[in-house]
Amino acid sequence: MSTILVKHRDDLTSKTGMWFFLFTELLLFGGLFIVYSVYRYRNATAFHLAAQELSVFIGTINTIILLISSTTIAMSITAIRKQNKKFAILLLGLTIILGLAFLVNKYFEWGEHFKEHIYPGSSILALRGHGDVLFYGLYFFMTGLHALHIIIGLIFILVIAVSILRNKINSDNYVLLENSGLYWHLVDLIWIFLFPLFYLIT
Amino acid sequence: MSTQKDIEEPSYLDYKGKYRGIFSWILSTDHKRIALLYLFSILAFFATGATLGLLMKFELIAPGKTIMTAQTYNAFFTLHGIIMIFAVVIPGLPAVFGNFLLPIMIGAKDVAFPRLNLLSWYFYVMGVSLVLISQFTGQGPPDTGWTFYAPYSFRTTGNMLPAVFGAFVLGFSSILTGLNFLVTIHRMRAPGMKWLKMPLFPWTLYATGWIQLLATPIIGITLLMIIAEKTLHIGFFDPALGGDPILYQHLFWTYSHPAVYIMILPAMGAISEIISTFSHKTLFGYNFMVASSLAIAFVGYFVWGHHMFTSGMSSTALYAFSLLTFLVAIPSAIKVFNWIATMHKGSIDLQTPFYWAMGFIFVFMIGGFSGLILGSLATNIHLHNTHFVLAHFHFIVFGGTGFAFFGAMHYWYPKMTGKMYDSRWANIGLFLFLTGFIVLYGTMFYLGYKGMPRRYYDYDEIFHTGNIISTMGSWVLYSGLGIIIINLFASLKSGAKAPSNPWGGKTLEWSVPSPPPVENFKEIPVVTKGPYSYK
Repeated sequence: MSTILVKHRDDLTSKTGMWFFLFTELLLFGGLFIVYSVYRYRNATAFHLAAQELSVFIGTINTIILLISSTTIAMSITAIRKQNKKFAILLLGLTIILGLAFLVNKYFEWGEHFKEHIYPGSSILALRGHGDVLFYGLYFFMTGLHALHIIIGLIFILVIAVSILRNKINSDNYVLLENSGLYWHLVDLIWIFLFPLFYLIT
Repeated sequence: MSTQKDIEEPSYLDYKGKYRGIFSWILSTDHKRIALLYLFSILAFFATGATLGLLMKFELIAPGKTIMTAQTYNAFFTLHGIIMIFAVVIPGLPAVFGNFLLPIMIGAKDVAFPRLNLLSWYFYVMGVSLVLISQFTGQGPPDTGWTFYAPYSFRTTGNMLPAVFGAFVLGFSSILTGLNFLVTIHRMRAPGMKWLKMPLFPWTLYATGWIQLLATPIIGITLLMIIAEKTLHIGFFDPALGGDPILYQHLFWTYSHPAVYIMILPAMGAISEIISTFSHKTLFGYNFMVASSLAIAFVGYFVWGHHMFTSGMSSTALYAFSLLTFLVAIPSAIKVFNWIATMHKGSIDLQTPFYWAMGFIFVFMIGGFSGLILGSLATNIHLHNTHFVLAHFHFIVFGGTGFAFFGAMHYWYPKMTGKMYDSRWANIGLFLFLTGFIVLYGTMFYLGYKGMPRRYYDYDEIFHTGNIISTMGSWVLYSGLGIIIINLFASLKSGAKAPSNPWGGKTLEWSVPSPPPVENFKEIPVVTKGPYSYK
């Protein structure tokens, strides 16, 4: 019986699948980028003024954090390829810590806005006019969806780290790590676009 | 290879895997079993949707209230639309016949990601369940129509959230199926099966896969925005908060027009297979067929505006979208001409699947031509939101995709079940189905031209005669449908045993036994000839 259903493994196939999935993810955010462009065009002044209220400092810190975390996950692939299991796990741990740091920053950033009664559905925000409502609506929705992707990515990386510990992922079979890396880079890439759109273009 | 390979492998229906009973189906990662899971779920939801349609037609047999209130009618056409579009015609051909036949037709043992394939089915079931839950919870069923147009979709008291989220989950299922097929086609073709040696059905699934992958996320995010709008009051599409409802329509149709090609492309693929097989002749203009499939998938992205000619757009946009709409007719026409040319001087075997293919070409042409009438700006103003539109898309979606679905069902039934069906009853069913179809929807062209709007449970007395004829058509169509389905089920028990190649087809699925063994091929075939090598 076991000869009938042989386990097949083809790493290139897995990676092709991941790349196709990334296309879907890009288009998912693409819809939001279109909505952003339309409303930015129509409410140029309000978007300009609202963007100045965001903390460029925290945004920059978070960008640097994500860029470093992409480096660490890429390095862990090299480490596993060189059979350096401990170093690979260490690098993945570092990636997780950096991802959590990003979320903590985001938490404080959102918290500040909430204190000033800036959140979707807030009546005080509504008083400031349509442009501000749309800017912050898009801001919370897009960074929120991005943060959700970060959380999913962190769960993946955690699972991968445990699998390395249990030798399920090793120097012969590390395509799952590579795929998680691809996903993490995409999440990073989307942030690279979110950062200027909300923080820098003022 | 080991000597065990010489033992006859059990068919996928008999194979005893790890699990027993129902679990050997709902936990199976065999693409053939998953295809049947889809088939039975889709048939169940199709029956639900068709019954809703039958009841709506009965309501329209006379002006005023006949059997249901206006609110019930609104809920019915909403549920009918959501089920038929998202749960029947979009997954229809790819998830059932694509799943079953794609790996076999390209000489593979399974799809690239079998477990993901099963997961797609679970997403599918979850999505439909959410839509159904929305009917029985909250303050009344959704009543927006399947389009969920803003701002009504977040102002109505109808229970929108589960329905919208259900559609989102169904989208996920569709994306995963498309992704799986794309990777399968890229990576798992048998040795020698070059891109241009692949049969047409896999080719159309390939074009469909790209649409599923690149268009579905747009509606995914749009539906999420509707959910955020309703729960968090973000203001994406609410004019009261500065949002733009027209932008919602743009995003919605950016997906939902390409989705029409998700429905029709695999249908065209299946029809190409049927016509070549029963003409016993190489498909005419194979390269053009492939190119036109890809062209339809590509141009299909740029025509969504024709759903919004009366919504408010710049006149430049109107002209552009109208022109592009006419362009998309060209590849479709290429296909029709090539089918006809394939039959020319072929040795035609008049069997049930071939009749279905003929029916397809007939209704698809009427649907296509009426699409040109709707695609030109001046006539569109007159016909927009009338029964004419209703007739047009039922001719394409139910006529096109539906005919291809049943055609494919009758074509591949011997392969999937290992049994032959009673072709006399199948032909009677088809005859009633086609007659009922034309009476039901053909009349709607006239009603719409005279100005009867869609989505109303009531109408003016002048439309009465037309509606009586149309409703009677729905009874004929429904009884035809009944005969077809009962015949197929009855043949499971009483049908004769099917040989491996009952129709004389040349594609790879006819080279394996009926029903196929678990891993499809004893040895992966080496392909040297084109897909339709009759000479």
